[in-house]
Amino acid sequence: MTSVTLEVNGRSHDLEVEPRRTLADALREDLGLHGTHLGCEHGVCGACTVLVNGAPTRACLVFAVQCSGSRITTIEGLASDGTLHPVQQAFIDNFGLQCGFCTPGFIMLLVGALEAKPDRNDDELIEILASNLCRCTGYRSILEAAKQAAVDLRSAAAKTAK
Amino acid sequence: MKPSSFEYLAARDIDEALGALAEHDGEAKVLAGGQSLVPAMNFRLATPSLLVDLNPIGDLAGVEVSGDELVIQALVRHVDLEVPASTDATSILLARVARLVGHLPIRMRGTFAGSLAHADPAAEWCMVAAALDATIVARSLRGTRRIPASEFFDGLFTTALEADEIITEVRLPLLRNASFGFREKSQTAGDFATVATVATCSVGDAGVVADVRLALAGAASTPVRAKRAESLLVGKEPTPDALAAVARAAAEDVDPISDANCSADYRRHLVEVLSRRALDDALGAAS
Repeated sequence: MTSVTLEVNGRSHDLEVEPRRTLADALREDLGLHGTHLGCEHGVCGACTVLVNGAPTRACLVFAVQCSGSRITTIEGLASDGTLHPVQQAFIDNFGLQCGFCTPGFIMLLVGALEAKPDRNDDELIEILASNLCRCTGYRSILEAAKQAAVDLRSAAAKTAK
Repeated sequence: MKPSSFEYLAARDIDEALGALAEHDGEAKVLAGGQSLVPAMNFRLATPSLLVDLNPIGDLAGVEVSGDELVIQALVRHVDLEVPASTDATSILLARVARLVGHLPIRMRGTFAGSLAHADPAAEWCMVAAALDATIVARSLRGTRRIPASEFFDGLFTTALEADEIITEVRLPLLRNASFGFREKSQTAGDFATVATVATCSVGDAGVVADVRLALAGAASTPVRAKRAESLLVGKEPTPDALAAVARAAAEDVDPISDANCSADYRRHLVEVLSRRALDDALGAAS
């Protein structure tokens, strides 16, 4: 077992994990954060996407021991003071989910991609979304949610700049 | 699935990493981006007893021009190459290619050198390394080797790298007077290439081709340099007929596989079409 300190959604957690513990399993099994979903466990479906130091990351392809000292954000850490993140709100407004299994991964992917660069055109959004799988095939409404989120984050950024 | 048990070493410097590899005698694996290795571990296709993590090493993430070469260190991520490091054609070619390497989360973690070490024959970087005659610099406690790309790729996921060696950097020659073309067909955005091609070309004053390189991904068990096809164009005018003959020769000389994605015949067809388009792009820019 190895000692690791994970900073998740602004809180620090000291854990004893086997090196083979993926970040996804550490979040789910050790921290009880079940919002991060595990689909394929080999980096294809994107359901387990979380942010590591702001970068969208497949949590099944990173070991928890690698993440000591990194800032990790999961779907549970997005809303603040009861207000949903603009990407979460956009998924609701555009019916961007059906069964919801893929939703946390898609949302974390978009949060990471859009917070790094809110100015993305539709082609870029489609290319980004191709990273994750939705087996209900609700891609059209997920794309609509992504477009709205991009607009909302741009106007939020413009307001902050003023 | 879950990987089998292993020990983990967060290497503080390259010497510590090399020492651990030497000590574990083929049972250890180097972890950089982990975007190919960790899936293989999750499938238990790879079961290293020790994982040597290079990520904590601070001074391995540089991209810089040094003399006539672009030097890419071990921890340079795909995404780092999306913005050209300098104005030379090699850097611009890498930026064009980088955007098609996997999906955004993969590009943000996976590394250029790791892609070469993994040696997937459909990988864009292996093809680029073959096209440009890259030099792979491999270090071990025994010393440093400079391996030309032509001697590096041995077969499917197999390279000339020894178990105690780490790729510390890859050196790519700067394309001075050459232009390039790059074409790829994949099933979806971010997917592995079904077939990809890269061509570089320089045309002399008399309007004849002085140098041409054509490399292919997804056409064999290793990246391919289409040497016979290239030789058909050197010293010739790059007429449409000449380019068509080069692309045809490239397709004739490969023996691709059929798999769940497509047939060997379709792959050969793609080699011809995409070779022609890459050459057209290169020569369009050259003239």
